[in-house]
Amino acid sequence: MFDFVKTVLIALPKGFYTTFKHLFKKPVTLQYPKEKMPMAPRYRGLHYLEKYEDGSERCVCCGLCASACPADAIYMEPAENEKGERYSEVYEINLLRCIYCGFCEEACPEEAIFLGHEYEFSNDSRDAFIYTKGQMLANRPTKEKPFKKIIRKVRRIF
Amino acid sequence: MTEGLRTEEFQVNMGPHHPSTHGVCRFILTMDGEVIVRAEPVIGYLHRSLEKICENRTYAQCIPVMDRFEYCTSMCCNEVFALAVEKLAGIEVPEYAEYLRVIMMELNRIASHMIWYGTTALDLGAITPFLYSFREREDILDMFEMTCGQRLTYNYIRIGGVSKDIPPEFIPKCKEFLATIDHKIDDYERMLTENPIFMVRNKGVGTLSPEMAIAYGVSGPSLRASGIKYDLRRDDPYSIYNRFKFDIPVCHNGDCYDRYIIRIKEMRESAKIVRQALEQLPNAEVNTGKMVKANFKPAKGEVYSRIENSRGEMGVYIQSTGDTKKPLRVKMRGGSYNQLQVMPELVKGVKIADVVAIMASLDIIMPEVDR
Repeated sequence: MFDFVKTVLIALPKGFYTTFKHLFKKPVTLQYPKEKMPMAPRYRGLHYLEKYEDGSERCVCCGLCASACPADAIYMEPAENEKGERYSEVYEINLLRCIYCGFCEEACPEEAIFLGHEYEFSNDSRDAFIYTKGQMLANRPTKEKPFKKIIRKVRRIF
Repeated sequence: MTEGLRTEEFQVNMGPHHPSTHGVCRFILTMDGEVIVRAEPVIGYLHRSLEKICENRTYAQCIPVMDRFEYCTSMCCNEVFALAVEKLAGIEVPEYAEYLRVIMMELNRIASHMIWYGTTALDLGAITPFLYSFREREDILDMFEMTCGQRLTYNYIRIGGVSKDIPPEFIPKCKEFLATIDHKIDDYERMLTENPIFMVRNKGVGTLSPEMAIAYGVSGPSLRASGIKYDLRRDDPYSIYNRFKFDIPVCHNGDCYDRYIIRIKEMRESAKIVRQALEQLPNAEVNTGKMVKANFKPAKGEVYSRIENSRGEMGVYIQSTGDTKKPLRVKMRGGSYNQLQVMPELVKGVKIADVVAIMASLDIIMPEVDR
């Protein structure tokens, strides 16, 4: 009898009380495709390549990002333009290999490559995940990444 | 009538894609009716050869690889590798960075126990606790995201310090979280601790005796539930754990229910440590540490470092030849491996539904087993 009282009249209502309490609270979930979670400024998502104000590329194809990459995801081929400046003719990131550790943005001495805030890039073919230079330049957000100073501090390790 | 009736033993494959195996683990269960006679775990479905990958990377590049070692507590994985290399090369970590490390590790431990709490209840058929614990875990992940930019694989603790300072909004958010966490854990307890169904499923099930636990090398909360007060944070203090006051909860029965109680108590203790760390956090000149260069070569030698992870002792053994920037040998030790080895002993003679309860309560996570 005592067991019955303890179980049915005390313990179970106690648990249900906790559950029902939340009926009257604001939900903590988001309706995902319609609403999106704001990402933190430091979030590491899809990469992009930065440009100078006059529209020329920052990347000089030094290869530091490729050597810092723990997943061997970056492939690049250097070339020289008519002014004798180095630039990367081919710059590809294999997004299937990339582990989004952020070492490339920390390694880059020219502040050319950054990890942006985009995280929806699913596709149904493997070829689509070879992320080319044109795509990376086009992916550039309008706003500057706000925490460049922090990355600059980390940069001294490479 | 039943005297002459003989039944045959038969084999049941549980997993590899069973939702309660927390990863991909396969059990070959030999059954007599519904009672288990023998159980044999088959591991290796999640093998990614992390040790070999580490041997082909520089020391700094190993840190993001270590994130994948045990993805529920990536901060601890980062710490154990960084600790080993620091020991090997004699690198000193600034005090401020040590505090940040402890705060992150303890928050990560709470997050890991929350996953455990939710999935255990889920395995036993209760869905609500899962939603509750993941709600609070979200707050912790938000804090990690604002600090290091990632929600699961942090790559935050580096050799010689931490990669980034915490943002200014971190401390208010963390304090807000700590102010409510105790009430939230009260909520958790109200749902399961005295729940009659939960008690029947867990009390007296899968009793692990202290002798057996030691013989199999079980560590962490599962060991403390068997009555042995052994916690590396107290017994072999690493980082700055000797500066904090915290209890090490111990239970004495060693059954699934005790393993539940221990982890609930540990969440409160971890919150206590974070509170103390935030209070003591030095706010003088911010120095998150001088991290090692990419071409850094430690001296010749070997080192083993170990920390108390949420699933037991986690260790890394590194052998360095002294003339390359890559380690010669890296060996990782995870607590889950030993806890999986003790499973066949615990499930002998129980019903098949209890296998799920025992496996959930031991908190086995397969990436740590297979590496």
